[in-house]
Amino acid sequence: MSNHSSPTLSQVELEAQFKGELKTGVGRGIKHESGDKHVSGEALYIDDKLEFPNQLHLSVHTSTEAHAKILDIDTSDCFNVPGVVSVFTAKDVPGELDVGPVLAGDPLLADDVVEYFGQPIVAIAATSHEAATLASHKVKVVYEPLVAILDVKEALEKQHFVQDSHQLVIGNSDAALEKAKYRLKGELNIGGQEHFYLETQVASVLPTEDGGMIVYSSTQNPTEVQKLVGSVLGVPMNNVLVDMRRMGGGFGGKETQAAPIACLCAVAAQLTKRPTKMRLPRALDMSMTGKRHPFYVRYDVGYDDEGRITAMNMDLAGNCGYSPDLSGSIVDRAMFHADNAYFIEHATITGYRCKTNIASNTAYRGFGGPQGMVPTEDILDRIARKLGKDPLDIRKLNYYGKGTRNITPYHQTIEHNILPEITEELIESSDYYTRRAEVRDFNTKSPYLKKGIAFTPVKFGISFTNSFLNQAGALIHVYSDGSIHLNHGGTEMGQGLNTKIQQIVAEVFQVEVGTIQITATNTEKVPNTSPTAASSGTDLNGKAAQNAALTIKQRLIDLLCAKFSVLESDIEFKNGQVKAGQTFMSFKELIELAYVSQVSLSSTGYYKTPKIYYDRDKAAGRPFYYFSYGLACCEVLVDTLTGEYKFTRTDILHDVGATLNPAIDIGQIEGGFIQGLGWLTTEELVWNNKGRLMTNGPASYKIPAIADMPSDFRVNLVESRKNPEDTVYHSKAVGEPPFMLGIAAWCAIKDAVASIGDYKIHPNIDAPATPERVLMGIEQLKREMAN
Amino acid sequence: MIQFLLNQELKQETQLDPNMTVLTYLRQHLRKTGTKEGCASGDCGACSVVLADVVHGKLRYRSINACLTFVSALHGKQLITVEDLQNQGKLHTAQQAMADCHGSQCGFCTPGFVMSLFALQKNVKDKEEDAAGSAEIQEALAGNLCRCTGYRPIIEAAQQTISDRTSDQFDAQENATIARLQTISKTAPALLTDNGNTVYIPTKVEHVTEYLSVHPNARLLAGGTDLALEVTQFHRSIESLIYLGNVSELSHIDDTSDTNEITLGAAAPLSDCYSVLARYFPDFGELLHRFASLQIRNQGTLGGNIGNASPIGDSPPLLIALGASVILRSRQGSRRLALEDFFIDYKQTALAESEFIEKIIIPKPTSETSFKAYKVSKRLDDDISAVCAAINVEITNTKVTKAILAFGGMAAIPKRATQAEASLLGQEWNSNTIEKACEALATDFSPLSDFRASHQYRTLISQNLLRKYFIERSSEQDAQPQFYDATRVTAHV
Repeated sequence: MSNHSSPTLSQVELEAQFKGELKTGVGRGIKHESGDKHVSGEALYIDDKLEFPNQLHLSVHTSTEAHAKILDIDTSDCFNVPGVVSVFTAKDVPGELDVGPVLAGDPLLADDVVEYFGQPIVAIAATSHEAATLASHKVKVVYEPLVAILDVKEALEKQHFVQDSHQLVIGNSDAALEKAKYRLKGELNIGGQEHFYLETQVASVLPTEDGGMIVYSSTQNPTEVQKLVGSVLGVPMNNVLVDMRRMGGGFGGKETQAAPIACLCAVAAQLTKRPTKMRLPRALDMSMTGKRHPFYVRYDVGYDDEGRITAMNMDLAGNCGYSPDLSGSIVDRAMFHADNAYFIEHATITGYRCKTNIASNTAYRGFGGPQGMVPTEDILDRIARKLGKDPLDIRKLNYYGKGTRNITPYHQTIEHNILPEITEELIESSDYYTRRAEVRDFNTKSPYLKKGIAFTPVKFGISFTNSFLNQAGALIHVYSDGSIHLNHGGTEMGQGLNTKIQQIVAEVFQVEVGTIQITATNTEKVPNTSPTAASSGTDLNGKAAQNAALTIKQRLIDLLCAKFSVLESDIEFKNGQVKAGQTFMSFKELIELAYVSQVSLSSTGYYKTPKIYYDRDKAAGRPFYYFSYGLACCEVLVDTLTGEYKFTRTDILHDVGATLNPAIDIGQIEGGFIQGLGWLTTEELVWNNKGRLMTNGPASYKIPAIADMPSDFRVNLVESRKNPEDTVYHSKAVGEPPFMLGIAAWCAIKDAVASIGDYKIHPNIDAPATPERVLMGIEQLKREMAN
Repeated sequence: MIQFLLNQELKQETQLDPNMTVLTYLRQHLRKTGTKEGCASGDCGACSVVLADVVHGKLRYRSINACLTFVSALHGKQLITVEDLQNQGKLHTAQQAMADCHGSQCGFCTPGFVMSLFALQKNVKDKEEDAAGSAEIQEALAGNLCRCTGYRPIIEAAQQTISDRTSDQFDAQENATIARLQTISKTAPALLTDNGNTVYIPTKVEHVTEYLSVHPNARLLAGGTDLALEVTQFHRSIESLIYLGNVSELSHIDDTSDTNEITLGAAAPLSDCYSVLARYFPDFGELLHRFASLQIRNQGTLGGNIGNASPIGDSPPLLIALGASVILRSRQGSRRLALEDFFIDYKQTALAESEFIEKIIIPKPTSETSFKAYKVSKRLDDDISAVCAAINVEITNTKVTKAILAFGGMAAIPKRATQAEASLLGQEWNSNTIEKACEALATDFSPLSDFRASHQYRTLISQNLLRKYFIERSSEQDAQPQFYDATRVTAHV
């Protein structure tokens, strides 16, 4: 029996509280649910958990060839290292060797052939991390080298693909190109990007008495880890539990590529019957796991006197690495975003998935979208230079229209396009045209320091393009003391998902978030979840949690109707209180009443996104439920003697619909922008001619540091524009779209360089625009001027 | 045995592998896991902790990278980690500021940032001036990477940390802490041995010379910011170490002598060298701001940067351009050598067996000295130079009377551009002369192509930096905007 407590407040007091406002419901900028634990060092990541006394640590020996046959593997010296317990290869994996997430192609350990420099071949389990690492250096592998393809262009020419190509067609671009007043042909190389989550890949597993595993994995995709651990062990999914409390950053890098780490641990644990942990040292993480796809892009564009694009052919060749991973969907999304915010009447956009001998490239914030947008933004700048117009005016001219000029190359109609209005808002608040004039004035007077300014839009489609993934589940228990336990299928990687979902459930029940405990994402609580990816975490899981809460709330309402003989319309939940007709009671009292009245206080919730579909054969449909919009105006100072640059001011206006939490949304926008800026500026991946990644640590791979933040950084949310679609509290997704605001930084650098040629020539500066590429672009521009 | 305070707890460790880093000691030995490993190479700051030691009767707090610090550096100091900041269940103001300002997202870099903020709060001089957020904030946080936030909220947290500065439990216990640290005898040499590895912790230069003569293969450990990488990244074991941090003579800095020379102890941390170098050579100060990170400068030493003999060390080109010398010491005695003669070939120096760098001597500037230093790297903060240039040209009556052009990143050693120097000497100071010197520069060096920079880029910027020196020197009065001034602009938050 529960311990009944009598009401402590009078009806008058309860009514007074009822009239108050919830402090932590949706729309409030409350802090991250783990904020206090982050700052105190109490937040536990997998490597921080107490270790089991007989736990083993895992390391791997990786390939030193980009492509080779394995002739012999000699592991005998490993056992000379004290503490080594087990050494295993592909042959020892008890179940399925392949851990490819969608298509096969990713052996857990290389079997007869290695396909990239850094591919794991042998795993070593030892009593300490150090012993396992030392032993991994003792493995001797004899290779017979095979021809390696390291260059995406070479793969494209040889049609060396991991998956079939796909094409979007609208109108007749070839005919329209022939008729165009101006033609622009070009090509662009776009670099990849290391995720550089601060917490490297890590998993820890514990064998169970049923031959299964309890898995702690730093993953965005617990269900897939569950499925693949089961598959490599040869046990059903119901024997594998995956638990994920928090990641130290994900950014897409832990969508598919966390699973092999957990699978290796599981195999070691099954072979030794001991708990096993694996965490990758930074250099191993960077050389072993995939990154953002580098792209090679070529295009042929037609435009008119005003600068309106009339036709476009674009080939987008993604450098996928050695296996498919998620490259099919990633190159699709690049194609779906080659239009960015612009109407192109006649377009043919072709996507190629090129196979090269590097680590398999994977999901990364934006998921191909950024690589699709970058060439189009460059094209618009080139048109502006050619016509002697302001690049922003060319952009505005090409924006999707309202009612007309609003069909995408994949035949989705753009509705609710707010870009034209918010563009005017940011032009005003950033004082763009005045500053454009000031920049020109500065540049005429300054001998070698040049300023640049750029204003670029983002339109980003929200939904997994693989439509079935757009589903989610949640589980809520309300305990008899009124406290709430909340679980959902999404994963917390820092983006504030748990905080937002707490706020959503708090709003439904009208209780403060402090009474809601979110626990680790767990495959035994919410099954068959989609990865937390595609910016969809809150859209999907928030709705599922809302549905679970509404189910319980309806039961409570039904109870109140019966107990107090009132209509549903007489019942209201507000600020921790419930009003039923003229009776007030606290939420807690209501729950006690429900419990003794034998009402179920636990419910699952489920959600699937409506309206979306895509017909691949016709390359047409509505892949996206809605679009998120944003704008960035970025100013830079470039030292034209060294190519170095400093961002002096950035103004951002970004659309999140009705914000669920403005503090978290602003955090996502700022962080996304800086990450996009890093991708296009200092973050350069360099492989040597053997396919070895030379930039395999933070000493050589430079993500933005504090001085890379614009000195003057102004970020605002678009106000009073709810998402017209029926999303959770009419909010919009925020994870990925702001990443592409960083394109403004890249365009601003080129604007500064273009000033050297009086804005008549657009410099050729590939991405990332490292200081070296900027200086070489300046030199090339000067040579062009001289000719 | 080494002795230190872990927050307020006295630790006496007799059996620790001298190759153990403070990070491993905390996370694996003590199972204190608040301090995170992000890279184990001193580049991300996630493992930042604070060391306090007694300087002029006060506690001095410094942030360091636990991943690059061997446990021997703890001897006689107080180690403060993120777990130690809460007091009676309440967050420290540095922690509260990070939480209030939404400074954490994934939270993994956060303990490191919190410790940098804590050290910043302890070291900030003028509350009012710094509350506006300034170079000091940028400097304190340049060695901490955050992949989530974009830094703006963390800068806000830094401002709040400074303005919320009040007496905390560390201040309240300062006298007691000092007294306890002083009972740990730092005047007698200490020894720590385990796993067949030994670190000797001497307190006098004579101890060093004697130990080295008996153990010629012992490795000198000053800041260890490079040496530790052999252990953490390359998994080597270093059998014999001599930790120099407790030899006070080697950390002594003297610019008061009337010899017109500045003398810097080879084991003085770069942070200690900063004020004297920046005072005499403002460009040296500017460069030191971009020399690795504050955590590294709090540990790393000028002697280490020289002795390491890396072609991309940032201080040697500057010191060469300033005409610096080194005092080399061994049991046989001391000798003085011009720094430019110290470097022989890639990672090869003039050091004889059992000899070490004791001091660095720099002539004070004269009224003719016009010294400028430039560093070009992919990223402004905490990056290794593609090219580092130090230019010291004296002009008398419009003619060049002295020219030293020293470069890092252009050859296997830090090196002077002798042909370019020769082409400048005696010539009129004008752009014609500069262009001729630029041509000569291309023959002086044949730099490498690597992931940091190509041969072509290195060659071109070496020339452009000379052109820049010319422009800057010719237009000094014209108040030209300076690139690195712009990089120091305070964030508006």
